Amino acid sequence: MAIVVKRKPLTFLEKLYIPEIVRGLTVTFRRMFFGETVTLEYPEQRPPIPAGYRGVPTLVRDPEGREKCVSCQLCEFVCPPKAIRITPGEIPEDSDYAHVEKAPKEFDIDMLRCIYCGMCQEVCPEEAIWLQNQYSMSGYTRAEMVNNKAKLYELGGTLPDDHFKWNKKKEAAKNGGGHGHAMPPADMPRSENPEVPPVFPK
Amino acid sequence: MELTDIAIKSIYAIVVVSVLMGFCSYAVLAERKISSWIQGRVGPNRTTLPIIGSIPYVGRFLTRLGVFQPAADGLKFLFKEDVTPAHVNKLYFTLAPVLSLVPALTTVVVVPFGYFENAAGEVVNLVLADLNVAILFLFAISSLGVYGVVLAGWASNSKYPFLGGIRASAQMISYELAMGISVLPVFMWLNAPGTDGTLSLVDVVNAQGGALWNAMWMPGSFLIFVVCIFAETNRLPFDMAESETELVSGFHTEYSSFKFGLFFVGEYAHMLVGSAVVAVLFLGGWHPLPFMTWADFGVHGWLAGVLSVGTMIGKLCGFMFFFMWIRWTLPRFRYDQVMRIGWQMLLPLSIANLIVYTFVIYFLERP
Amino acid sequence: MTDLFFYLFATLTLGCAFGVVFSKNPVNAAMFLIMTFLGMASLFVLLEAYFLAVIQILVYAGAVVVLFLFIIMLLDVKEENKHRVKPLTWVASLIGFALLILGVVAITSSDNIKATSESLPEAAGASLKNFGYELFTTYQLPMQVTGFLLLIAMIGVIVLSKKVKTDS
Repeated sequence: MAIVVKRKPLTFLEKLYIPEIVRGLTVTFRRMFFGETVTLEYPEQRPPIPAGYRGVPTLVRDPEGREKCVSCQLCEFVCPPKAIRITPGEIPEDSDYAHVEKAPKEFDIDMLRCIYCGMCQEVCPEEAIWLQNQYSMSGYTRAEMVNNKAKLYELGGTLPDDHFKWNKKKEAAKNGGGHGHAMPPADMPRSENPEVPPVFPK
Repeated sequence: MELTDIAIKSIYAIVVVSVLMGFCSYAVLAERKISSWIQGRVGPNRTTLPIIGSIPYVGRFLTRLGVFQPAADGLKFLFKEDVTPAHVNKLYFTLAPVLSLVPALTTVVVVPFGYFENAAGEVVNLVLADLNVAILFLFAISSLGVYGVVLAGWASNSKYPFLGGIRASAQMISYELAMGISVLPVFMWLNAPGTDGTLSLVDVVNAQGGALWNAMWMPGSFLIFVVCIFAETNRLPFDMAESETELVSGFHTEYSSFKFGLFFVGEYAHMLVGSAVVAVLFLGGWHPLPFMTWADFGVHGWLAGVLSVGTMIGKLCGFMFFFMWIRWTLPRFRYDQVMRIGWQMLLPLSIANLIVYTFVIYFLERP
Repeated sequence: MTDLFFYLFATLTLGCAFGVVFSKNPVNAAMFLIMTFLGMASLFVLLEAYFLAVIQILVYAGAVVVLFLFIIMLLDVKEENKHRVKPLTWVASLIGFALLILGVVAITSSDNIKATSESLPEAAGASLKNFGYELFTTYQLPMQVTGFLLLIAMIGVIVLSKKVKTDS
């Protein structure tokens, strides 16, 4: 139901209008000379970014320096504006992580298309793509606005990881456990682990 | 008139107009700074010049104050793309900005801004032309300024500018009446019986020297006149022609770059002349204090010239500040409210004010 | 010098007056009308009747033509709306023109025009004081009558334009 706020009848002084103008003027006068500046001077001063902010999508590495993305291309599929383009590649046999099998050869995110919806982060099974606290993207050309793999890792940096899931998988495989089902505590359902809020060195 | 006379007059005129234009550009800066202070912002604080800007402390202070901003603004107006829409009436579309600026610059001719005493001790008034009918000249020429707005609205050949133009024409006519009547008491007081009739602004200032300023004992006239000046200069809360919340930006919606710049400068030139007229008519012109002139302070010669011009400029700046202060405080009137205030409040009030002061002056002058 | 200015402004006034009559676009006509008034004001200035000159601009150029423009804009008159000139209009304008010529001839052939400027009395409109004095003494009755006529016209417009509420 609509709320009806009754308008108070104006007093005589208010009807004269001049005293009210003077009152308004004193308010603005106080603002002018004793008011605080509430704006930030942007490039030098930056606003504090709250936790969980969805900025530019980035790729991250784990503390061991491994790129987490396994180029499953789920993000590429889910991306509503089709901003992500992944060219999958192989991990060489002699690498420590050869059992991960795949890593992106190229990973482009077109920031002119990205709508910062965060679905890529949500869908990523490896927690490899994160929308972090970076919010200012600019460039002179369209080509500049496409973030390639190197740029994405540079923006993303390293995130803490308390699973090291692929290490455990390797361990399990060595002990004959197949896909990690042999060691329940190591492969706990994810929901029981507390979400690790991203902490960034920047 | 000798040719040299004409040359000297032209040079004076060019000097005065350039000073006025300089004031205009800094008035724009002041407007931006004051608006940002009222709104808790910082305002223009980045533009800087290579050498002056790098002086320690001073350069930084000036940069923070935005002192170099007008140069950047002016250059922007010059070099932006000048778009003339295809559907406009080209002749009037180009003529309109000029028509809005020229009257404002012309009225400055009769505005006195100081005096000095030459070697012979004679008082020389600093005014381009001390007309006997100065105030009428001023009203007449400034009333021509509306053609700029009306023609811009009409020539743009699109809805919102058109509405802006129509509003401007109706508003100007409505407030001119009250404005003319509100200054009558001043001139009734000035033209005592037995003197030669004068409407000169210099005489108004001289009459206020060593006496009360007109604003002090004619607050009614002062108030009505100030409100009408706001309406005549199309400033908030009376900027019906522009009202950007309803009419995009009113009569200059279709204008860009230099033509828009002319409108912009014209508005501030109108404001400056309006402030100067208020200072001359009601705030004692170049007299420093009520009941006191610079001569009473023992100031003579060239120094008096400098001080009187300084006082005048001080009052002018003060009133410009008031213009801007009001603009960023009050919301815009609705169009019907503007008309109601003009016809049903200010006009009767100014007539009542005239009648009251007719009696007051009659009894004051009957010794 | 003054002569030169006289011819300049007289040409301007006449030229613009013709412009008012012959321009098809009403806005053009209104602008020509302003120029005509400005030219007339300049002629007054040359006659040293500054007061009249200023009043000419203030009242006619500053207020009346603004109203014209206001009306023209609201009516949205199209340029194409040519209407045929009636024969009666032709006759009337010819008679008017003949009377005008007659008047000019009468004035120029009379003796007053030959009088030198010293022998002429000061024009009533020349100075502010004279103007006011004459208006409130010699021409008091015409002024009041004019004012009254204007008042009647105004009331008439209000009466005509006001919709009368009928009880039905």
